Amino acid sequence: MTAVAAAPAVPRPSSGSTLTGTGRLVRFMLRRDRVRLSVWTLSVVAFYAYFAVALDAMGTAARGARAAVMQTPAGIVMGGPGYGVENYTVGVAIANEGITWVVLALGIMSVLHVVRHTRAEEESSRSELVRAAPVGRHAPAVAAIVTLFVVNAVIAVVSALALSGASGGDLPLADSFGLTTGSGLSAMVFGAVAVVACQIIEHGRGATGIGLAAYGLALVLRSAGDIQERHGSFLSWLSPIGWAQQMRAFVDLRWWPAALSVVAILLLLVLAAFLASRRDFGGGLVATRGGRADAPANLRSPLALAWRQQRSAFGWTALGMALLWYASGTLLPEIMEMGASGAADNEIFAAVFGGSDPAVFRDGFLTVMLLFAALTCVAYAIVMSGRAKGEEEAGRAEVVLALSVSRSRWLGAHLVVVGLSTVVLIAVSVYAVWAGAVQVGMSEPGFGAYTDVFWTYSVAVLVYLGLSAALYAWAPRFASAAWLLLVYSFVVGMFGEVFDLPSGAEALSPLDWLPAGFGEVPEAAHMIGLAGVAVVLLALAFLGFRRRDLQSN
Amino acid sequence: MTATPAIEIHDLYKSFGTVQALDGLNLTVRPGEVAGFLGPNGAGKSTAIRVLLGLLRADSGTARLFGGEAWRDAVALHRRLAYVPGDVSLWPNLTGGEAIDFLGRLRGTVDKKRKAELLERFDLDPTKKARTYSKGNRQKVALVAAFAMDADLLILDEPTSGLDPLMEAVFTEYVRDAAAQGTSVLLSSHILHEVEKVCDTVTIIRNGVSVESGTLDELRHLTRSNVTAVVAGDPAGVGRLAGVHNLAAAPADGGTRITFDVDNARVGAAMSELTALGLQSLTAAPPSLEELFMRHYGDVLPGSDASGAASDGTGPTDGAAQAARGTAGAR
Repeated sequence: MTAVAAAPAVPRPSSGSTLTGTGRLVRFMLRRDRVRLSVWTLSVVAFYAYFAVALDAMGTAARGARAAVMQTPAGIVMGGPGYGVENYTVGVAIANEGITWVVLALGIMSVLHVVRHTRAEEESSRSELVRAAPVGRHAPAVAAIVTLFVVNAVIAVVSALALSGASGGDLPLADSFGLTTGSGLSAMVFGAVAVVACQIIEHGRGATGIGLAAYGLALVLRSAGDIQERHGSFLSWLSPIGWAQQMRAFVDLRWWPAALSVVAILLLLVLAAFLASRRDFGGGLVATRGGRADAPANLRSPLALAWRQQRSAFGWTALGMALLWYASGTLLPEIMEMGASGAADNEIFAAVFGGSDPAVFRDGFLTVMLLFAALTCVAYAIVMSGRAKGEEEAGRAEVVLALSVSRSRWLGAHLVVVGLSTVVLIAVSVYAVWAGAVQVGMSEPGFGAYTDVFWTYSVAVLVYLGLSAALYAWAPRFASAAWLLLVYSFVVGMFGEVFDLPSGAEALSPLDWLPAGFGEVPEAAHMIGLAGVAVVLLALAFLGFRRRDLQSN
Repeated sequence: MTATPAIEIHDLYKSFGTVQALDGLNLTVRPGEVAGFLGPNGAGKSTAIRVLLGLLRADSGTARLFGGEAWRDAVALHRRLAYVPGDVSLWPNLTGGEAIDFLGRLRGTVDKKRKAELLERFDLDPTKKARTYSKGNRQKVALVAAFAMDADLLILDEPTSGLDPLMEAVFTEYVRDAAAQGTSVLLSSHILHEVEKVCDTVTIIRNGVSVESGTLDELRHLTRSNVTAVVAGDPAGVGRLAGVHNLAAAPADGGTRITFDVDNARVGAAMSELTALGLQSLTAAPPSLEELFMRHYGDVLPGSDASGAASDGTGPTDGAAQAARGTAGAR
């Protein structure tokens, strides 16, 4: 006391803790992300509602067949532990199959949200500005968690209401809440893992990777556990995804597994707080490794650089697609049985998949499945062709173009890498389905039919790439308009026959010029026409990019 | 003078929407010359450089490098030049060393010895990923890549804004080395003493137009010298002389200490007056580039043209000029 009294009076703020300013940051984050978070919310809610309506439209017989599929190993990996498969109602199906995917979506959202508002802010030194203001040390992280909780809570409530509403009240509200709350809490566990990762790793990308890897691990544990034993073994209980599924929504609801998620979240946050007070601002607990001092000999052209920048994204995408479509291929025989019976008593189902004759249905189903695969590849092409824009905006294109590299060579390098990677992805997807089907003894349709699908889609995808590139070259602000064509193609490809669209409208979709059904012979004129359109668009891209100002800030 | 200029910009116009970024810019850099390119933020320096690099297309006027057209012949011309942007952005997953090699290889081959020497002089760790570099270190990567290239022309856009004074000295040394080997340099900068140290000529740009251009000596000729003297007699008469500004007087040992600015053309008359007053001591300092610079951006001369802004310091702008000088002097 005396020492304090003797010391000169230093003005000391009376209030101020490590959490000062959290409330303001919460409002700021919600404001900053209002569009992003609204889109996430609407997407997840729409998924729930669509899933409920679609499952209801299938009819009881088809759902029964579906339950059989969900008891195969691949079905368990993509679905759940199999509660209620004996009486596969809409609610049971949503709980059994939906949770894995909803938790994936919400988990990605949670990890990205946390990293975006904590580590990425620190990296960009934006949070230096914030932290220099009267804002406590833990305030940004706590605000990120609070906002994450708010968003997940909103999504859980609205989804539950949507589920119950979409089913016309058939789905009990309590179970709906159990399902959506359990999924939200499970996803928040991965958000909490990301909070911890942000304390350990210096870079947002690394922290995101750890968060997503945690999901991957959880999926593997749950799948292994559920395959070992129906309704899950010990391994399933190690996985946050399992905790949501073990609530048995719509079968025999129990709430206590949700407590496991809550406890895990709290423990992780305590760990993060402990780590956070032991590290410097901007620093991590693990130092980043050094790289090579000299470039490898092959890094000597814009092409090599573009590949270097895209190869890891390509590699992971290819691996993911190979696994996903291989697994889908192994499901084909069961799906055929289920679908044929489903199509027999459901018009929409029959319209989408072509009919109820098993062989016709099989080909129709393959067509739709490969349409999905191809559209995923188209999405990849559009995302990756956006990399060129990113390079330009960051000012890195400028550095290269100031050397003796022509505009065409630079753009060409990006497009060649994107184009070839996409074609390879299509090959991987299409032949993975084939390999999966062959694995379970389904040798019809043969390799040749798949090859037709592969090469015709490869031509079609170049049209999307060309459009994306041409937009980028002529009107970079509208480059993302290429997504519109993708969405349009999806709607036309999936529901064109249901909606009975005029043929002129369908012709706008590049995919409409491909063979309508699996195993049909492609028309040479159509394919040449598509290739011609792709060439014209790509030529336009090069022409436009050579003429315009480079944008940089 | 007969040799083709390394850079030749004549009457260059460029607008972005409603913003007129370049408004009739002129700029010449002769072979082997180190040219300073000065101006405040938003003056149009980077726009001019991007036009020179063929990254932007001019609305009208000519922009030539080595006699070739900057836009049309970009790729061929770029074989002979190296560029360091003001805000260097690097590929996050490449190390600094890899970025240097990559940039070098796009032009030709990388001289490993030269690279190692530059890395050591600039004290740069090439094994770190670019995303971990600070602004200064990213700039060093671009500088090492540029100096390693052995180019005929260096275009440097505020290249030292993130460097510490020690590194600035290393940078200055390499610019001088390059100039000694006949490389032309265009150095855009805010840092006046850096330009003063290395540049042969200076062009001052404001609102997209060059307001002043010439060798350092030529520019000084247009400006006032700062005089401090101690005289025995009454200095009031000095203040009435044409070309003398900002006279201030204070008592000093054995007389009065006076300070004033004088237009260089009027120095003779001022000296006669001082001598007549019984001159006891005298210092006269040439204006620093800082003062030149501050005069252009401290003064707000509505509708001023280039020569007016430089040589006509009388009238309503004196106060502003003095304020500017005060700021400059305080540094």
